[in-house]
Amino acid sequence: MVAHKKGASRGSEEPEELARVPLQAILLADSFTTKFRPITLERPKVLLPLVNVPMINYTLAWLESAGVEEVFVFCCSHSKQVIDYLENSEWFSQPNFSVTMIESHNSVSAGDALRLIYERNVIHGDFVLISGDTVSNMSLTQALLEHKERRKKDSNAVMTMVIKRSKPSQIALQSRLGTDELFMAIDPNTKQLLYYEDKADHSKGSIYLDKLLLVENTSISLHNDKQDCYIDICCPEVLSLFTDNFDYQHLRRHFVKGLLVDDIMGYKIFTHEIHSSYAARIDNFRSYDTVSKDIIQRWTYPLVPDVKFFGNSSVKLERQGMYRASEIGLSRSAQIGPFTVIGNGTKIGNHTTITNSVIGEGCNIGSNVSIEGSYIWDNVTIGDGCKLRHAIVCAGVIMKSGAVLEPGVILSFKVLVGQQFVVPSYSMVSLLQQPTKQDSDEELEYADNSSGIVEIPSFAGTSDKSNGEMTSEQSESQCWPASQLGSGGAGYIWSICEGAYDEEWRHSVAPIPADKLAEAMDAADDDQELTQDGSILPPSGELKPDSNDSEDDDNEDSRDEMIYFEKEVEATFLRAVHENIKVDHVILEVNSLRLSYNKVAADCAGAIFYAMMKLALETPHTSAGELLQNATNVITKWKKLLKYYLADIDEEMEVILRFEEMCLESAKEFSPLFTKILIQLYDQEVIQEDAILRWDDEKKDADESDKIYVKQAEKFIQWLKEASEEEDEEEEGADS
Amino acid sequence: MPDVQALVNEFLIKLKKRKIEGSQATARQTAELLRSLISQQRVPYTNQAGALIDAVKAVGEQLIAANPVELAVGNIVRRVLHIIREEDLSLTTAAMAGLNLSAVSDDEDDADHDDHPVLSAAAVAAAARSTLRAPSLQTLLEDVTDAAAVPHPSSSGGDSEGKSKSADKSSRSRKLKHDVIEAVNELIEDICTCHEQIAEQAVEHIHQNEVILTLGSSRTVLEFLCAAKEKKRSFRVFVAEGAPRYQGHLLAKELVARGLQTTLITDSAVFAMISRVNMVIVGAHAVMANGGVVAPVGLNMVALAAQRHAVPFVVLAGSHKLCPLYPHNPEVLLNELRSPSELLDFGEFSDCMDFGNGTGSPLLHVVNPTFDYVPPKLVNLFITDTGGHNPSYMYRLIADYYSADDLVVQRRPATGS
Repeated sequence: MVAHKKGASRGSEEPEELARVPLQAILLADSFTTKFRPITLERPKVLLPLVNVPMINYTLAWLESAGVEEVFVFCCSHSKQVIDYLENSEWFSQPNFSVTMIESHNSVSAGDALRLIYERNVIHGDFVLISGDTVSNMSLTQALLEHKERRKKDSNAVMTMVIKRSKPSQIALQSRLGTDELFMAIDPNTKQLLYYEDKADHSKGSIYLDKLLLVENTSISLHNDKQDCYIDICCPEVLSLFTDNFDYQHLRRHFVKGLLVDDIMGYKIFTHEIHSSYAARIDNFRSYDTVSKDIIQRWTYPLVPDVKFFGNSSVKLERQGMYRASEIGLSRSAQIGPFTVIGNGTKIGNHTTITNSVIGEGCNIGSNVSIEGSYIWDNVTIGDGCKLRHAIVCAGVIMKSGAVLEPGVILSFKVLVGQQFVVPSYSMVSLLQQPTKQDSDEELEYADNSSGIVEIPSFAGTSDKSNGEMTSEQSESQCWPASQLGSGGAGYIWSICEGAYDEEWRHSVAPIPADKLAEAMDAADDDQELTQDGSILPPSGELKPDSNDSEDDDNEDSRDEMIYFEKEVEATFLRAVHENIKVDHVILEVNSLRLSYNKVAADCAGAIFYAMMKLALETPHTSAGELLQNATNVITKWKKLLKYYLADIDEEMEVILRFEEMCLESAKEFSPLFTKILIQLYDQEVIQEDAILRWDDEKKDADESDKIYVKQAEKFIQWLKEASEEEDEEEEGADS
Repeated sequence: MPDVQALVNEFLIKLKKRKIEGSQATARQTAELLRSLISQQRVPYTNQAGALIDAVKAVGEQLIAANPVELAVGNIVRRVLHIIREEDLSLTTAAMAGLNLSAVSDDEDDADHDDHPVLSAAAVAAAARSTLRAPSLQTLLEDVTDAAAVPHPSSSGGDSEGKSKSADKSSRSRKLKHDVIEAVNELIEDICTCHEQIAEQAVEHIHQNEVILTLGSSRTVLEFLCAAKEKKRSFRVFVAEGAPRYQGHLLAKELVARGLQTTLITDSAVFAMISRVNMVIVGAHAVMANGGVVAPVGLNMVALAAQRHAVPFVVLAGSHKLCPLYPHNPEVLLNELRSPSELLDFGEFSDCMDFGNGTGSPLLHVVNPTFDYVPPKLVNLFITDTGGHNPSYMYRLIADYYSADDLVVQRRPATGS
């Protein structure tokens, strides 16, 4: 791969450059959330197997290959398990790669962790901040280079955030990783992050940007199709920032947003978008499912099952993305579908079908079992005739024959499912009881000191061959509520509506069920309609005012605007009349009004004509004849102004229609004079005969009530028609 | 010893992470690693060759397992094993003042068929071998009786030798290691110079005003074409770009930089262009024992097009690419699937891979194989650093480089020791 080559060749230069400060990384081996409960009560999230390899290995393997030399692993919940695991792993024997553990028992958030690391004073230069559940194969070289360049120019550029394009689902309004739709505003030139919102309020269907953003930046691009990879390249200042702001807990919600809002210190965050490489963080069960599938589909190459990137046993890739370890007991009649991984030492019985699933090591799967889209960890025993769909089955689980797991079920370690028992969808089953106190999202999973929970050394126990016995002993010694998991079952079904899990289908391993999707789609449609109602208004200038009354009712706004506009024009015109302002100047003023109200020439013509007629009407008069005289005077005096806006036949039409409307509504005094004024306008060459004829044409189909003035002007129109015909004839005669 | 282990580990990690690109680099580094392994290996008084072979096999097995797709690793491990056996044999025979008749005849065969005029490497190798055996050749006529006892297993030969002649053991042990290291050095040099060796033959194959077609990028091909250019041949080159990695673009750039008339075409245009082509010259990832070629993806199509229009299809391969295995061997992994991101943009297709919708099963499957297998019947000529060969002759060439005992590197030494 070309990219690899580049990486390699640059890698050789890098050590010289970095000789002073080796590239360091902080790996948070704790997500500080409870999304993986109940599994994380017994084993830390970073040690959960992802396609049969504990997650932290993906992160460490990436850090190692990206040229990081020193990693500080921050362990908090189940710190002992993490430390034990790492100490026995190969990571300690790697050349040019040192792993140091930092243990803490009282950190409840990423903020606390970084404050603690700051106190230890171990970070000396730029470092990579990553959590232990991130899978990536990106090359850091380019991002680091950019980061350093920016740092040289601007010491306030404290962080570079890695993002990747990924379209969110338009229906469920969440990313493919099951996280909420993320909105980011980025300066397209400098790549500076200006706005970050991962908890947008979808019910309103809108987000709010600070106006200052638009003032201060020449251009902004707003994205909803970027995925935050949770890989950050930070300056050492970031740690001190966390210490200074002791209320910063969450990396994004507090730190990133805090920096973006805070304009006193002027710290800046930049983004680095990756295109060809992969990066994703496992945040919930849905992303566990998605990232697993991405790994199986080799987007994470070379971190794929058949490459021994770290401590995984050899697996061979066969047709259709089927990965099989070398020593498995597979019945001839078993059907293994595409995108399946089967671990070492697993035995599969007759007529069993497995599709889109990952099976761990040492599992024992009976006959006539159907497994679809499920994740089965090590040493699981599945009896004959079981059915599993989109479930996660942790290590050491025993499913007795005929048990069924509906979509979205999570079986935690060593749960025992009774014969023929159907575990309902989205249930979480654990040997441990659900913690009674309601945990907040930020709450630390801290099994060692939560009194109600019994710590089971499950991690050591999984490798134990006597798993089954242990569980059965337990089930004998403890009295399980028999009803919960069928006869002989062991485990508690947690109540679903715990904390934030009221919409459990969003974050489950199972695909979103059709009915939920339909619901979401309906909701989205409603939203769409709402927004369309708002946005159906074309720019009001294009509206032909008065041409359609019903339409006017729809858009009060533009109607109001029209009224204001007309008032302004009228005021301008009156001022011109009283102060004897030159026509040219009036035109200028009306033009500026036209621009500021976003109107077209026709509107101006209408407004001016209205103002003129009103002036004529308001000039004292005693009879209809005087009124006609007034009108004629006004028209004669201001026809130049009016004609300026009558460039086309449409505008002239507008004036006639306007006049008609006036006669009908606001100035009924004019109604008997309609034809006379029309003739006046014709004589003064304000209105062409074509406009009048067309007006007549259009009115033909109108209601009788609308035809009053056409009838009134019938003779005049007749005369016009004849005149034009004559003219035509004359012309024809002249031609011949 | 411990620092060798560290070296081995480092190399293993590099192999596992696919950090070494190209067969030549891999082959050279493997050979260098094995050289330092041999030089640091403590040799017992008896059965030195056996000890060396075991040590090399133990490491070799790990290396092969680390990246089973890169066949060059296994090739070099087997070459080194073969070298140890050969040196041991020649020493034994020299010491015993007897010579394996069949071995000699083999060697003479080598010399006979390696009669190509420009085969400097082969000549050098043959010469080196013959100089090593020169004394034994002279003594051959004097003592023929012992020859039958010694021939096949090198270890037993070493044993018998150890029993019979314990006096000059120490000098012999040093000599064996010394000879082996010398021979490995030669091997390394061969690997390093294979491009030049192959390129030297360019003028004989490329003629004036010809049109040459190639696909993707291969350093061997580049050197070959440039060598012909330097000898004042004027010809044109069609370069198929070699999707999805588009290394053909790089090759075209290089060729133009060296002043060659170059035309870049898409892979799909190969069939349309092949009728204007006089010869197809391509590089290979590995050459199997049956003469089949593991080559960058797309080459099978080119080979078929070439056959359809009776255009000669020539494969350039350094001798480190000759693999003693057959493509149907279970331990041969013919292909590697790389990341789909080389084919399409993840962001653009991310909605096709939203597993939250529908049945949750991936509907889009992107396959990005690295290699093609070109069957031997489609290849007209192999040009290695020892000259041009017919595909059907490959097995014979391989017999010169490898011992039959080493074809399977795995298990046996591990279970034995």
